[in-house]
Amino acid sequence: MSLSASDLLTLTREGLYCPLGGFHVDPTWPVPRALITHGHADHARAGHGRVLATGETLRIMAVRYGADFCESRQEAPLGQEIRIGDVSVRFAPAGHVLGSAQIAIEAQGVRVVVSGDYKRAYDPTCLPFEVVPCDVFITEATFGLPVFRMPDTRDEVRKLLDSVALFPERAHIVGAYALGKAQRVMALLREAGYDRPIYLHGAMEKLTELYKREGIPLGETPKVVAAERARLHGAIVLCPPSSIQDVWSRKFPDPVTSFASGWMRVRARARQKGVELPLCISDHSDWPDLCRTILETGAGEVWVTHGQEDALVHWCGTQGIAAKPLHLLGYGDDGEAEPVAAPEEAA
Amino acid sequence: MNDFAHLLDRLAYEPRRNAKLRLLQDYFAHAPDPERGYALAAMTGGLTFREAKPAMIRGLVEARVDPVLFGLSHNYVGDLAETTALIWPAPAASAGEPVVGPGHNNPPPHVPTLAEVVETLGTVKKADLPARIAEWLDALDETGRWALLKLITGALRVGVSARLAKTAIGALGGHEADAVEEVWHGLEPPYATLFAWVEGRAERPATLNPAPFRPPMLSHPIDEEGDFEKLDPAAFSGEWKWDGIRVQLVGGRDEAGAQVARIYSRTGEDISGAFPDLAEAITFSGAVDGELLILREGRVQSFNVLQQRLNRKAVTPKLLEEFPAHVRAYDLMQAEGEDLRPLPFTERRARLEAFVAALDHARIDLSPLVPFASWEDLAAARADPAAVGAGADADAIEGIMLKSRDSAYLPGRPKGPWWKWKREPFRVDTVMMYAQRGHGKRSSFYSDYTFGVWRDREDGTPELVPVGKAYHGFTDAELAKLDRYVRNNTTKRFGPVREVAYGLDHGLVLEIAFEGVQRSTRHKSGVAMRFPRVARIRWDKPAAEADRIEALETILARGEREIAPGETLKEAEA
Repeated sequence: MSLSASDLLTLTREGLYCPLGGFHVDPTWPVPRALITHGHADHARAGHGRVLATGETLRIMAVRYGADFCESRQEAPLGQEIRIGDVSVRFAPAGHVLGSAQIAIEAQGVRVVVSGDYKRAYDPTCLPFEVVPCDVFITEATFGLPVFRMPDTRDEVRKLLDSVALFPERAHIVGAYALGKAQRVMALLREAGYDRPIYLHGAMEKLTELYKREGIPLGETPKVVAAERARLHGAIVLCPPSSIQDVWSRKFPDPVTSFASGWMRVRARARQKGVELPLCISDHSDWPDLCRTILETGAGEVWVTHGQEDALVHWCGTQGIAAKPLHLLGYGDDGEAEPVAAPEEAA
Repeated sequence: MNDFAHLLDRLAYEPRRNAKLRLLQDYFAHAPDPERGYALAAMTGGLTFREAKPAMIRGLVEARVDPVLFGLSHNYVGDLAETTALIWPAPAASAGEPVVGPGHNNPPPHVPTLAEVVETLGTVKKADLPARIAEWLDALDETGRWALLKLITGALRVGVSARLAKTAIGALGGHEADAVEEVWHGLEPPYATLFAWVEGRAERPATLNPAPFRPPMLSHPIDEEGDFEKLDPAAFSGEWKWDGIRVQLVGGRDEAGAQVARIYSRTGEDISGAFPDLAEAITFSGAVDGELLILREGRVQSFNVLQQRLNRKAVTPKLLEEFPAHVRAYDLMQAEGEDLRPLPFTERRARLEAFVAALDHARIDLSPLVPFASWEDLAAARADPAAVGAGADADAIEGIMLKSRDSAYLPGRPKGPWWKWKREPFRVDTVMMYAQRGHGKRSSFYSDYTFGVWRDREDGTPELVPVGKAYHGFTDAELAKLDRYVRNNTTKRFGPVREVAYGLDHGLVLEIAFEGVQRSTRHKSGVAMRFPRVARIRWDKPAAEADRIEALETILARGEREIAPGETLKEAEA
């Protein structure tokens, strides 16, 4: 190989940069040219010059940031090679949220795959992850500890429905990230046979409508009307995680506080958030899937972007795979979000 | 076992009493015998078996999981049982084999029932224990493993009192918890006859509990501003409020005519086993309500001393000798089969005085009345109990109890008949050091504050050392201001905790009110406050003028002015 992987991708203040192609991947600052893996706010930011992403991701960004979120945009069809400068890039499904993709970057026979965030578990709202063989695999490690083995999502949804059956007079307030997790929970509830309306916090409405427009059936999902909260006995209500303990959620009848997140695997995390009904539903790979995916790509080298990188780097070592943490800043949903409203406004 | 585990899992997250009750009832109504009986025993402390040691559990995991990965995981999760439950590999995967579904050659692992676990733990040889535990861990799911490990390491804490579990059992058949208490004594795990009775399949178990628990009557704090003017001093009787633990001494005879003696905590836990010295004194038939205290040379010792006895697990002859337990009686609920609770207080008091006199036991004495003619008299007694007859016991008095002379003994906390009027709290000026988000309706606010006082480093320069944590005492408007202060003055974040700016030049002074000081090995400062709360927010006061650790040490020394075990009164005073 005349070219090394670090010639193909380097680390700049804005994030991962491909000098041969003149573009960044998921930059955390505005750049002239950006390739975006998926629509979560820490990966997809507004204000770039040219943006290349899947059609779904571009439409998600338009919903979040307005139609003028960048100067020009180009849709990347999955599986199709696109020439940029001296490299070719190809988008492949990542299974994380609607439109999420890995980006394979190739030049002179060397291929690097930036996986973005990804998962292998079942998700009726997006295409399943595709293994792309490569020389260097760039992986997240949000749940990069062997304690994170996610259970079957059907059992978790069953837990929620059992609780609704046991406490039919109480509203069940389920915190879920507004993009991806919320719609996945809705779809899983529908698959489990739940056909009553699923009520939505206002912050989830637009993205849920977008999912429906993209052809994902989610059933009846009315927005919560503030004045009617006290009457929603036995309802399932989805809201952003920051709202589950808000004054907003206290107006429902004797609410059961629930949270759909991989973090709920750890009791202390659930308790810190005051969650009474933790639902272990993750849009990230759990530990076995991180390990399995690294092996399946056949990569000889692994770079770890964000999360619990120590354990994954250690594990790669035990498998004879060279690995290093990138210590990328600005990614991950680990950080505790600030309350939606300042306390004095919320009170 | 998995159903029981899932019940424990839900209970562990559920803060509401009524919801816990529903979860318990739902479980007891659906779980089979004897599984539910052992579950009941596990929650009421009725199981005895050889406990597993954490080191053994660790050994089992490290034989199956890379110790580096286990160490990183344990650090992250922070709980051995939980880390083990989550990381335990599926049996096939641990052998490096792909996971295969159950077939002829792969029978599904046998999931143990709770009954099997309990029965095995009671009989297994010590050397065989690790292998059995490993088999169970292989067969159970994560929640099952977590519950099993909590159970066998003796750390099953899910916020269910014995009383609550009995309430749920009673509710299965429309009975009150008291009805369950009455039959409880004669029953053993797995309580088949109890379930048969509450489900209407059999008669009430024959053996009635000759010494049942009765829910105690509790008081409301009095509001000095408004309550006294509405109350007539002549309608009330005054007593000291002792700083011990509320107990019930209950004696009776079983069908064979043998004496049964029970000591119950105020939540109905049977604590007789921890106080054999006191149980011996229950030679009567009746139920006495009173305060458990440590007396040396006839003097009531402080709560610090009592706590030293409560903290010891093993009840040794030395412990009994050094920390003799007594009860200061203040009510008589039942005597010789007669329920006295409907009688007015004055009549019960007369019966109690006669009862204690007739009993004539050194371990049980009468809580004296505090005479007063006006609220001013009572205020004087509260301010200086030593001068009004409490003598040297004054340091063990935490205030005054007021009991309406004509009130019946009512379980629970009825408003009106009983009032408590605590002594003026201690006060100290501290500096806010850390803040944490609250719970429930305060969950979006930084409402729990860790505060410190000044002390000198070895080089003589001053530093703040944390001495306690407070999360109430302020209004909602003050909370909003405190929350904004925390957000605007954050210097570091640790998960849900923020460190705020503090030092000689900056920092927020919180005036903390508290009831006393104890020694603490958990706090770096070596002291811990009892019931600290924010009395005032001193926006005006410079942090450098906050109090020093010596202020707390002085109070601690006062509380510790005890008679050492074995020392005579004379030696102590010399």
